[in-house]
Amino acid sequence: MIASSWLLVAFPALGALILLAGGRRTDAWGHLLGCATVLASFAYGVALFFASDGKPTDTTLYSWMPVADLQVDLGLRIDALSLVFVLLITGVGSLIHIYAIGYMSDDTDRRRFFGYFNLFVTAMLILVLGDNFVSLYLGWEGVGLASYLLIGWYQWKPSAATAAKKAFIMNRVGDVGLALAIFLMWKHIGSVSYTEVFAGIGDVDSGVILAIGLLLLLGACGKSGQFPLQAWLPDAMEGPTPVSALIHAATMVTAGVYLIARANPIYNATPNAQLAVVIIGAFTLLLGAIIGCAYDDIKKVLAYSTVSQIGYMMLAVGLGPIGYALGIMHLLTHGFFKAGLFLGAGSVMHGMNDEVDMRKFGGLWRTMPITFVTFGIGYLALIGFPFSAGYFSKDAIIAAAFAQEETWRAWVFGGAAVLGAGLTAFYMTRLMLMTFFGKRRWTELKSEDGRDFHPHESPPVMTIPMMILAIGSAGAGAFFVFNGQLAEWLAPSLGALQEAEHGVVPHSAVPFIVVGISALGVLLAWLIFGRREIAVERQPVGAVVRAARSDLYGNALNEAVFARPGTWLSRALVYVDNKGVDGFVNGLAALLGGSSGRLRRLQTGFVRSYALSMLVGSFLLVGLLLMVRFA
Amino acid sequence: MPQQFLAQGEQLQVPAIDFAAVLPILIVFGAASIGVLLEAFLPKHQRWSSQIALSLTGIVGAGIALAAYISDAPEGGITTFMAQGATTGAIAVDTPALFLWGTLLALGLASLLMIGDRSLEPGGAFISQAGLQSGGLQTREQANVTGMQTEIFPLTLFALGGMMTFVAANDLLTMFIALEVLSLPLYLMAGLARRRRLLSQEAAVKYFLLGAFASAFFLYGVALLYGYAGSVKLAEIAAATAGSSASDTLLYAGIGLVVVGLLFKGSVGPFHTWTPDVYQGAPTPVTGFMAACTKVAAFGGMLRVLTVAFEPASWEWEVPLWLIAVISMAIGAIFGLTQRDLKRMIAYSSIAHAGFLVVGAMTLTEDGLSSTLFYLLAYGFTTIAVFGVISLVRDANGEATDLSSWAGLAKRSPLVAGVFTFLLLALAGIPLTSGFIGKFAVFSAALADGNAALVVIALVASAVAAFFYLRVVVLMYFSEPAAEGPAVTVPGAFTTAAITLGTAATLVLGIVPAFALNWASAGGFVP
Repeated sequence: MIASSWLLVAFPALGALILLAGGRRTDAWGHLLGCATVLASFAYGVALFFASDGKPTDTTLYSWMPVADLQVDLGLRIDALSLVFVLLITGVGSLIHIYAIGYMSDDTDRRRFFGYFNLFVTAMLILVLGDNFVSLYLGWEGVGLASYLLIGWYQWKPSAATAAKKAFIMNRVGDVGLALAIFLMWKHIGSVSYTEVFAGIGDVDSGVILAIGLLLLLGACGKSGQFPLQAWLPDAMEGPTPVSALIHAATMVTAGVYLIARANPIYNATPNAQLAVVIIGAFTLLLGAIIGCAYDDIKKVLAYSTVSQIGYMMLAVGLGPIGYALGIMHLLTHGFFKAGLFLGAGSVMHGMNDEVDMRKFGGLWRTMPITFVTFGIGYLALIGFPFSAGYFSKDAIIAAAFAQEETWRAWVFGGAAVLGAGLTAFYMTRLMLMTFFGKRRWTELKSEDGRDFHPHESPPVMTIPMMILAIGSAGAGAFFVFNGQLAEWLAPSLGALQEAEHGVVPHSAVPFIVVGISALGVLLAWLIFGRREIAVERQPVGAVVRAARSDLYGNALNEAVFARPGTWLSRALVYVDNKGVDGFVNGLAALLGGSSGRLRRLQTGFVRSYALSMLVGSFLLVGLLLMVRFA
Repeated sequence: MPQQFLAQGEQLQVPAIDFAAVLPILIVFGAASIGVLLEAFLPKHQRWSSQIALSLTGIVGAGIALAAYISDAPEGGITTFMAQGATTGAIAVDTPALFLWGTLLALGLASLLMIGDRSLEPGGAFISQAGLQSGGLQTREQANVTGMQTEIFPLTLFALGGMMTFVAANDLLTMFIALEVLSLPLYLMAGLARRRRLLSQEAAVKYFLLGAFASAFFLYGVALLYGYAGSVKLAEIAAATAGSSASDTLLYAGIGLVVVGLLFKGSVGPFHTWTPDVYQGAPTPVTGFMAACTKVAAFGGMLRVLTVAFEPASWEWEVPLWLIAVISMAIGAIFGLTQRDLKRMIAYSSIAHAGFLVVGAMTLTEDGLSSTLFYLLAYGFTTIAVFGVISLVRDANGEATDLSSWAGLAKRSPLVAGVFTFLLLALAGIPLTSGFIGKFAVFSAALADGNAALVVIALVASAVAAFFYLRVVVLMYFSEPAAEGPAVTVPGAFTTAAITLGTAATLVLGIVPAFALNWASAGGFVP
């Protein structure tokens, strides 16, 4: 069973191969194959889940890079952590695939889309299933490639092309970190396999461990859209909505959290790197939530919500043994409700001529009841409504943040997490109110292509996945915490979940604080957006909102720190290349070409001159021989 | 009356022959002789099929005999055709000879397939009556008449047998005879093209005249060496070099002249001048045969002579050969840049490659020997496939070898363009092709032997040569096709097999070269 775990990867890989190599011939049934392969993987994953006891089992497929001392095998590790991810990726992935059949039905290239989708799932599975850091890196890069192809799906739109490039390049920055971390492991431990690296990490100099930890964090920030590499994630909304759902819920952004959870022995050995993870997580969760309050674009709000929620997960896994399992739990519940929210947003867009500006929505609950209900359940889960999925997973993280040993940390990070929860409730309520309630603002408007809006409910192929995800959003959290079964299941991979000590805030008080703050956020949003008319045009705003709408200047920061010096450097290099290197090369080429042109006249075509050339050569050869001898 | 030369009462001595060892050669020559008889007695319409069957059987049979002998060949090799009382025979059968025989037979098979092909040109690439005066109406008419001069098959076999003898010849006289046996059929074959008769005949005459000239050098060198050593046997020349009182002038002039003869056959600059004209004029299958097999034979012979006979004098001939290698590489790389004709371009490429091979041949170490043998094998397969592909691209006047007519070929025929690109990359020495492994092996052997300067020059020459290979690639992929450009003919089974064999060998030797390298380094020359 476990020995043939490669089948998990093989199904979607085969699907991608057939769909991409088969071309137009597969148009008719390509989308069905695309869904079938992921469902097959999911079924196999479920079977594996019940067959496995969660303990790590490594299967080596073949020797991948046997170079002198560097022996890298392509191997798969089946353990609790990877199985959980497999189920998330293939399970939620399957639903999104099915949804995409309906969503992409008008696209003439739907078959290619499913090819890329399968590629995405393949890469993500390689990422989580690899038994060494190089296999992980392979999947890591594959995910980057697939996301590039999918974000830039509407390639004729300059904004989509730019967004795809931006995602790819910002991911590169993170990838460099991961690559350097792998180099360091190889240099200091002599291996890149999980087993040997984790076993040998204790003998390594603490400075090196810190460096590895920080470099891995850089990689995680790139993939998971964490500060300072968060700016690509909202732009990635340029892709079709199923892509957003897949990136945000099932693949890609979860990779960073996975990496840190997977590398937990490394982080356990270096508290400073853990602190860095916590700081990044806490900062990003506030950043995302603040920006999320300011946007009118429904998908952007959800995107920043993801940035913020991943911040929670990072915060959790940065806390060490008291947080790993909590981070993974939040990742799973988030996978359900965020996928549901994105599919709901896609459904709204589907009915609204692809409009994303919430100012043009309003009162849609009547026309799209199923979307409204499923979206609403996702909303409740996200803001942590009592006993929904988010309530269990997020509150646990906040409680753990308050339970840190050092008092200042507990207050700062716990406080940030609570504040984030309030902001989340605010911006999500705002989104709900602007979209589904209030006046039907779209009745007097036309979409950009000049059509009237006729909002309608989406076909069952889209709504059924939404319903399934809604069920998950409602019940997954309770299911996971029941008897602490998720934490227990994950223990072989992440270590046992340590009970948080009673921190600066009593454990039992945390839910009340969080729910209270969240309720405050909801109330505030209702006061501002629920009671008043929402203007269709944008209104003049204050400095804070302006800053938030500029993504808190995240792009400007990247521009100043990375892009501009890079441009200068490349300009300088181009100058040297043009004037120096090219000049030399071109001169040499001209010299050779010129001499070739002149010398070829020697080849006259006359046998007599050929014979003369031979004679001269013979004299040369014999003369030299004699000269060498008698000189 | 041979008895006249024998003293009274003396009997003609028959040399001792190990028939099992030389069976491959005997089979090839036997098939060639039967082929001549077939020409004489069979009606015209039966000749092509029976000649093809005979030649293929001959080559495959020789291959089987070779394989059978290799399976339990004596360690270290033997010499045969041994006169009574002599210590060494006229033919040496050792690892390099066996390797080269295998190479020659495989390349000969591929060439023969191309020579026998009748799908690209009705009736084959050869004229039906070579004797007619060129330029006349009859000649033009018969270009479109089916049927070909089927003597080409026995000629090919004779040439191949000569080459096999040449690489195994253990004395200079045997070597000379083998040289003539391999050369004379080639002169004829070069003049048999069905189209562009004048060019073909010009090529044949040039090749013949210059070949005779080179043979004269070789023979004169043999005479001088005999004068010095009192023997034409390679081993005895080496022994004499160590302790003879005769004038060194004879030795060095002899070495020089013998080497000139060998360099001519290997088309090494500055003895290369015939190469572009002959490659261009000869029928393309014959060009492929010459480019691959003749090169293998010439360098096989050169390796043996330099190692077995001239090794004690290596200090003296090292500098001149160093210079020759540089000249050849430079001529090949630089002249190739401005060629407009594909066959001429490949001719200059072969001159550059000859320079690389000299680098290997003058490296008298075990690695030098094995890497040069591997290089010959790899280069031979690639070249045959290259000429096979060239023969596919045709317009109304036969093959379209002008570079401009290959523009945009990839759009019309991606497969042919892809294969040709791969082969050109192999000639350029790009990794994952046999060309890279060959160059890498030869250059590293030379480097280990302390010839760093030569290796640097060779690398520069490779880089320059890569330019004209890549130019063809760029032309095929990034240029607009000419409006009335040539068409790619779909080849029949024979040419397809030859191209496939060459391309597959180029790929396999590029990815898993170990088996061939191991065989090439299994043993040295028999002393």
